[in-house]
Amino acid sequence: MSEPLLSEAAEHGRPHAEGGEHGAHPTDAQYVRIAVILALVTAVEVGLYYTSFSKIATNTLLLGLAGIKFVMVAAYFMHLKFDNKILRRLFVTGFVLATFCYIAYLLTLGVFI
Amino acid sequence: MAAEPTTLGHEQQATAVKDHGHVTNTGLSNEKLAMWVFLGSECLLFGALISSYFLYRGRSVSGPGPEDVYDIPYTSVSSFVLLMSSLTMVLALAAIQRADYRRLRVWLMATALLGATFIAGQVYEFTTFIREGLTISTNLFGSSFFVLTGFHGVHVTLGIVMLLSLWNLSLRGRLQQDKAEVIEIAGLYWHFVDVVWIVIFTVIYLIP
Repeated sequence: MSEPLLSEAAEHGRPHAEGGEHGAHPTDAQYVRIAVILALVTAVEVGLYYTSFSKIATNTLLLGLAGIKFVMVAAYFMHLKFDNKILRRLFVTGFVLATFCYIAYLLTLGVFI
Repeated sequence: MAAEPTTLGHEQQATAVKDHGHVTNTGLSNEKLAMWVFLGSECLLFGALISSYFLYRGRSVSGPGPEDVYDIPYTSVSSFVLLMSSLTMVLALAAIQRADYRRLRVWLMATALLGATFIAGQVYEFTTFIREGLTISTNLFGSSFFVLTGFHGVHVTLGIVMLLSLWNLSLRGRLQQDKAEVIEIAGLYWHFVDVVWIVIFTVIYLIP
């Protein structure tokens, strides 16, 4: 193997292959940094599971950290941050509506009350 | 969603034709838009399954509960493996966009292997739970847990099949730089499966 797998050729951000409003994709090294952050957040989540903070505080923190991971994967790995705004609006609108719909459904059945 | 050429601006038409060889109302490829719409419908599917888990949580009258069977360190490692497979997937996309086909195949195979490792871990977890007396018909917790995580496992398995097919196409030289969008669309599916697990890992395993 003569070349490293993380190519230096990817030093500069690649233009997106899609039309519309967009920016350059992250480099390979930036993708690795994002993955390291995701791994660290996961480690913090697991650490929180074993702590003896108040249940409400722990659960809120866990949900917040999961939200950060979700947004990072969607924004950087799925390229929603760089893609056409139509895709971002389509996914975010659908996701938010689905979340509110199911929370309302569960509240109706008294799950969180 | 093909549009009358007159309804598009010249710049939009030029971009669409240059990128994918076809013109659409949005300037986006129909395949990619369709994948995002599909992922939106998948949000509803997994939302329903997660809601069912919440609905039935703590209502089992017999059999083992979550605190009796969950092995958090083990599941944490599985989650880490799936998270890293998203990195290798995005590196595969970056490779084909540079026309670097050797690295494309390396990262596609790495993603498939990490996915297979996750599935092997899930099979081991399921068999352990069954040995400890929790099956899909033991109680409400067992039913909602196995259906939710089982559906996710099926999605990962389909993703692995997709990745191996792409690897095979690349090996035969039928996946060139101009087909980078195929990898991007497969990647969207794979990353979605990853974000679903991010939610499942937190709300099902970590939040008691």
